[in-house]
Amino acid sequence: MNFYIVTLIKFGLVAFVFLTALAYLQWIERKVIAHVQVRVGPNRVGPHGLLQPLVDTIKLLTKEDVLPGQVNKFFYFLAPILSVSCALVGIAVIPFGPKINIFGVETYMQLTDLNIGVLVLLAGSGLGVYGIAIAGWASNNKYALLGGLRASAQMISYELPMALSIAIPLLVYNSLSMREIVEAQNHFYFGFIPAWGIFQGILGPFLFLAFIIFMICAFAETNRIPFDLPEAENELVAGFHTEYASMKFAAFFMAEYANMVNICCLGTHLFLGGWVPLFPSPYSDFVPVALFVAAGGFCLYHGLVNPRIKMDGYTLPVFGVAFIGFGLAHLAPVLKDVLVPLFWFLSKAGFLLFLYIWVRATLPRFRYDQLMDFAWIKMFPASIVLLFIVGLLVALGF
Amino acid sequence: MDALLFGIFATIAIICAISMVLQRHPVSSALSLIGVMGSLAILYLLLGAPFIAAAQLIVYAGAIMVLFVFVIMLLNAGAEPKPIRQSFLARALGVPLGVALLGLLGYLIQKTVPPDSVMVRFADAKVGSAQDVGRALFTQYLLPFEVTSVLVLIAILGAVVLARKEL
Repeated sequence: MNFYIVTLIKFGLVAFVFLTALAYLQWIERKVIAHVQVRVGPNRVGPHGLLQPLVDTIKLLTKEDVLPGQVNKFFYFLAPILSVSCALVGIAVIPFGPKINIFGVETYMQLTDLNIGVLVLLAGSGLGVYGIAIAGWASNNKYALLGGLRASAQMISYELPMALSIAIPLLVYNSLSMREIVEAQNHFYFGFIPAWGIFQGILGPFLFLAFIIFMICAFAETNRIPFDLPEAENELVAGFHTEYASMKFAAFFMAEYANMVNICCLGTHLFLGGWVPLFPSPYSDFVPVALFVAAGGFCLYHGLVNPRIKMDGYTLPVFGVAFIGFGLAHLAPVLKDVLVPLFWFLSKAGFLLFLYIWVRATLPRFRYDQLMDFAWIKMFPASIVLLFIVGLLVALGF
Repeated sequence: MDALLFGIFATIAIICAISMVLQRHPVSSALSLIGVMGSLAILYLLLGAPFIAAAQLIVYAGAIMVLFVFVIMLLNAGAEPKPIRQSFLARALGVPLGVALLGLLGYLIQKTVPPDSVMVRFADAKVGSAQDVGRALFTQYLLPFEVTSVLVLIAILGAVVLARKEL
């Protein structure tokens, strides 16, 4: 019975935080891109536009649900459901931290620890192709069909080098369970160099190359710039979701962001050591405290001393106090075991997500033939050669 | 619980299989086949073979069927027209012969399996994890495994040769 209650609580927490994070990821993306391009970004709804995701959700929920006349109805409705459910399944196997003990209840910071966790994520992204392909086909629209075909061709092509680059850390750590993979990285060389995948002794440089291949394929798998050919708006209007409106459009949007989050979490666990901190234990515990208190102090200074607009004088002190409080929570005895690993894990995964946004703000789009050549002529051979080298090194006992 | 899940997903698999044969549109048929594969993957999971279940999903549903769907969409194949005249022989003999085949299969299974043995053991497969599959492939079944890889290579070469002729 205890198991069911704990699982239900964890499920509720993860679902709530994950869905909120998906909505706010979009706010962060708009803000970051705006600042890269020397704009302000959303700043009308709430302080610094913080309520924008909520308002967008309400807008999408209440919009008229247009049903075009020419569509194949069953598949037209099936496609967004398939897309979003395949994308949301992945979070279930991702661990967020080690085993914790809250008031005598021992549990893992993870929904389920499958011994095929990595494969479940791969299967989710593999089946997600159907959502997009069917959306393109069922819309009965030339642009949508072309977008759907492009998406499926691209995702099939990039799945190969991605699977091969995932196989490299699996060879090194000899497991398919994400928790075991992270625990294999949970020690320090000479007491201070973390044993993350990319710092793994002689294998480290090869794992770093594998990590680069993995990230490039991750961009293509999730149809993001510079590989967002399926929704290239100057050629294809909006690609596979041209004919979709309101919540069905939002479902595709959510699926894209959920896939991004899943793949960043997977990369963090395989190559960046999951929740293993950058410094050995007593020092690493103070990093989040210092960072959050510094951020809080920064907010307080700008809010109280010289607010740039009148509104900042009210909102920034609130943020400042919240940041400082959250930072100090990392020192509290029970919360510490939960928050510190979570901080390290989320900061690494968050950096990878930031990379997505950064690239989107800077790089132009590939041409379609370049995209395919890149996958089959460059990424695929490179990942096979890497796999051979690492396999040889592992067999020789490094 | 296991038996209940088995019943649900076995039923889904059979319904999807029937729907695959009956659907007139190629895309619907392909998607029904994916439904069959997905429910079979869950049956593998129930039997205690997680790696085989994941491979079923990734390889069959995630890769092979995507290519099927891709080709169907690329050719834009429409629903096949309803046949105007069905063969008299097929209509007269189809149902009785099908029932006879099912009866024969049932009889054979009844005969070969001892009546007191349990036919399905949930979560009891000894060869279902990634390690077990790898060990079996590279020790006991090494020769068939390598022969299969040569066969696949020949198939790839054949595909290239056939495609060349078209160019």
